[in-house]
Amino acid sequence: MSANTEQSIMDSEGAEPVPGAPLLEVKDLFVEFRTRDGVSKVLNGVSYHVEAGETLAVLGESGSGKSVTAQTIMGILDMPPGHIMGGSIKFHGEELLKASDKRRREVRGSGIAMIFQDALSALNPVFTVGFQIEEQLRLRKGMSRKDARARAIELLDLVKIPGAKRRVRQYPHEFSGGMRQRAMIAMSLALDPEMLIADEPTTALDVTVQAQIMDLLKELQVERNMGMILITHDLGVVAEVADRIAVMYAGRIVEQSDALSLYRKPGHPYTKGLLESLPRLDQRGQELMTIKGLPPSLLKIPTGCPFHPRCPMVQDVCKTDVPPQHRLMPGRMSACHFAEELISE
Amino acid sequence: MGRYVLRRLLQLIPVFIGTTFLIYWLVWSLPGDPFAGKCGDRPCPEAFVAAMTAKFNLGDPVVVQYGKYMMNLLQGDFGITFSGISVGDRIATAYPNTIRLALVALAIEAVIGISAGILTGLRGRGFLDNLVLVTTLFLISLPVFVTGFVLQIVLGFELGWIKTTVSESPAPWGQLIVPGFVLGSLSMAYVTRLTRSSIAENRRSDYVRTAVAKGLPQSRVVGVHLLRNSAIPVITFLGTDLGSLMGGAIITEGIFNIKGIGNLVYRGILSKEGVIVTGVVTLLVMVYLLSNLIVDMLYAVLDPRIRYD
Amino acid sequence: MTDPSNAATGAAVTSTASDSVTAAEHVESAGANKPRSLASDAWHDLRRRPLFIISGSLILVILVMAAFPGLFTSVDPTYADLGRSRNGPSSDAWFGYDNQGADIFARTIYGARASIIVGLCATILTVLIGGTLGLLAGYYGGWLDGLMSRVADVFFGLPFVLGAIVILSSFGATGSSNIAQIMFLVVVSISLLSWPVCMRIMRSAAITAKQQDYVRAARALGANSSRIILRHMLPNAAAPVLVYATIALGAFIGAEATLSFLGLGLRAPVVSWGVMIADSRDIIRVAPHTLLFPAAFLTTTVLAFVMLGDAVREALDPKMR
Repeated sequence: MSANTEQSIMDSEGAEPVPGAPLLEVKDLFVEFRTRDGVSKVLNGVSYHVEAGETLAVLGESGSGKSVTAQTIMGILDMPPGHIMGGSIKFHGEELLKASDKRRREVRGSGIAMIFQDALSALNPVFTVGFQIEEQLRLRKGMSRKDARARAIELLDLVKIPGAKRRVRQYPHEFSGGMRQRAMIAMSLALDPEMLIADEPTTALDVTVQAQIMDLLKELQVERNMGMILITHDLGVVAEVADRIAVMYAGRIVEQSDALSLYRKPGHPYTKGLLESLPRLDQRGQELMTIKGLPPSLLKIPTGCPFHPRCPMVQDVCKTDVPPQHRLMPGRMSACHFAEELISE
Repeated sequence: MGRYVLRRLLQLIPVFIGTTFLIYWLVWSLPGDPFAGKCGDRPCPEAFVAAMTAKFNLGDPVVVQYGKYMMNLLQGDFGITFSGISVGDRIATAYPNTIRLALVALAIEAVIGISAGILTGLRGRGFLDNLVLVTTLFLISLPVFVTGFVLQIVLGFELGWIKTTVSESPAPWGQLIVPGFVLGSLSMAYVTRLTRSSIAENRRSDYVRTAVAKGLPQSRVVGVHLLRNSAIPVITFLGTDLGSLMGGAIITEGIFNIKGIGNLVYRGILSKEGVIVTGVVTLLVMVYLLSNLIVDMLYAVLDPRIRYD
Repeated sequence: MTDPSNAATGAAVTSTASDSVTAAEHVESAGANKPRSLASDAWHDLRRRPLFIISGSLILVILVMAAFPGLFTSVDPTYADLGRSRNGPSSDAWFGYDNQGADIFARTIYGARASIIVGLCATILTVLIGGTLGLLAGYYGGWLDGLMSRVADVFFGLPFVLGAIVILSSFGATGSSNIAQIMFLVVVSISLLSWPVCMRIMRSAAITAKQQDYVRAARALGANSSRIILRHMLPNAAAPVLVYATIALGAFIGAEATLSFLGLGLRAPVVSWGVMIADSRDIIRVAPHTLLFPAAFLTTTVLAFVMLGDAVREALDPKMR
């Protein structure tokens, strides 16, 4: 965390950091997509927070709203069809949803940066990797062409791309998948962000490369004391990296917990199902469990607990009443009517 | 790249020979007396026929005729007409007018087409989008001679804003604006639609989202990232189009009486001056094929993903 | 629209070849258990498009006009009275009289037939030549494909108007007075210069189809060539060729008029819009109505077909939904 970033935030209008406020706090976020087929309720009251130096893993199947939350934080949601119906997103205690366009643009890149799933399509194919990194340095920091080039090479070195000097002049398609994702990471670090959102950063990569990228992210995060949101659908990926985990289902957070407790004892049947569907070395020969059924259509979310049609523990109350967030212990919540029983099983 | 260009050049040779031979055959060796009507109402004198037959190698089989003709042509000799005028000179005086007309048309279609396309592509559905869509449909459906005549009557005869014919040679740029608009109107509609769909498609692409997430100002996201990518198909279309515009605009040149290559070849056909027709067509085919090759290479320059080896 | 080859160079049509192949794929997989195929899906979608409703109704009216001109007018289009030459529009003759003193309204109505016939025949011939060659080139590939593609390049390299003029004047259309022969020559010259576009569309559709897994499987299982072409490739290519043909039909009607205008296409005693426009050429300043009405009908007809092609393309393209 350089003095540089702090200063740039202090300089801008209305950007007084509120002392004691978390780095990022999302509260009761509601987002709808209005399409020809109807209104799709994508986020239905999402709340989470991230502190500096902490990694929050957001877990969920596709369509659970984890990426939409991230896009809303970044302010890159396609609107229309997206509409923010309510809630708040605070960065250093500053409300982003009410901030001016100019202020939001300042936060992007230098306050919160983001890396995307598919680096091939997320990088502009007609510009060199170097150009795409230098562009931010020149425009946002007023660096000269030469300084920006030098800094871009440093950044590529930092993410362990061999031959960075030569690589800055190459185009994204000349990189391998893993190298491309590294370049994407280097680009996101260009303005020394305090917070990094990684949207399924390893999904498009080979398994061996996945681990390398995760290690790199973890290393950079610790080194720079960044807050990180790691979005993934893969429980295996998060185990070593995440400090806390938020599990999303149908646009809600159904469980939030520190990583260790969650793995030891899931507090929601959905999390339990996810864990049981992981292949495990210590239980060879057993049949893998799967969660039956499909995620609900967001056009028509089931009444009561949205998970009830697929839940093995379903009771009558689940079909009528939306479960409240049960506080199981400090820092641990579950949105299940039977959370306590699950934990004490 | 060098090898690719060479391979493409080699590929062009059979196409070039094929096209020019086809035209040569159509013009010279189809049924019909090439001398019919050449000497007024009377049949031509024996001496004249014999001289001309020797001159144009009409006694040889058509393939040999074609070969001899091409040999001369490649040495820069386009031959002379029945009445003894050098075809090369005729082309040299006519072609600058056609090139000017083509450039004016290209400029008009590029400026108007790209602007309209960007505007509607960025705005998305709405009144302006529908207006532009309907306008392009009309431009596509209007035959060139209708556009030409209507503008000539309204702007020239009725309002008196323009000269109805451009008889000077070389044609002054100012007088070519309306003919250029007529010639370029169809392509203008295509440029508009192509730009619009290209922008609309790229607007939602991942890399544009990345550029926004990097905190770049809107003007830079659109002006650099979006436009640079959307320009690729539009520029290649314009390149190809310049190739076909250079091919002469028989109708536009006819309506506005521009002394260009289209006019020359049309008169050549009507007066059965085969040398003019084959000479001009050979030149046009060459221009067309080379311009296509240049567009292909331009494409590789614009899009780094494409590599020709 | 003077140059029908532009119908496809103007972007979209050629690209639909690959797009609608993916659409056709869905037919194969969804057709079995879903009641609605792509074709009926597209039809369902089409019926709600204003573009389709407008163009469809226009085309219907034009077709009725071509088939039964007597329904619209009782005046003989060939009856001319020099005494009323070039008279402007009046209650007797809505569109006025032409240079010979014939009723322009009646001539415009009767003119639809020749234009439509030429357009239709040229479209059919173009699709037959281009489609067959494209299918063969795409299916067999190799030297056959190379040869056919080069031949297509040769014809494609000729500028349309120029090529048509040379063909028509060489084959003596300028001197002939046999109506059927002139019509035939016009149709042939339009098709000869236009088939390469259709061939390229068909060829790319056939190549895409050939690379589909189920077609490979069928070949591996020993299905014979004709079956693969008929069952797998033709349906895949149908959509892009249909879109091309619709737009080309409009373009060819415009091309016929252009050739007539140059004095090389149809001519009197045939009544066609092109002939009327050509007749008006020299009297345009004194009697602009002689150009205006046939030109308006011509433009409307071309517009209707281009619009229909647009609507069909959008309906068949799943990406546009």
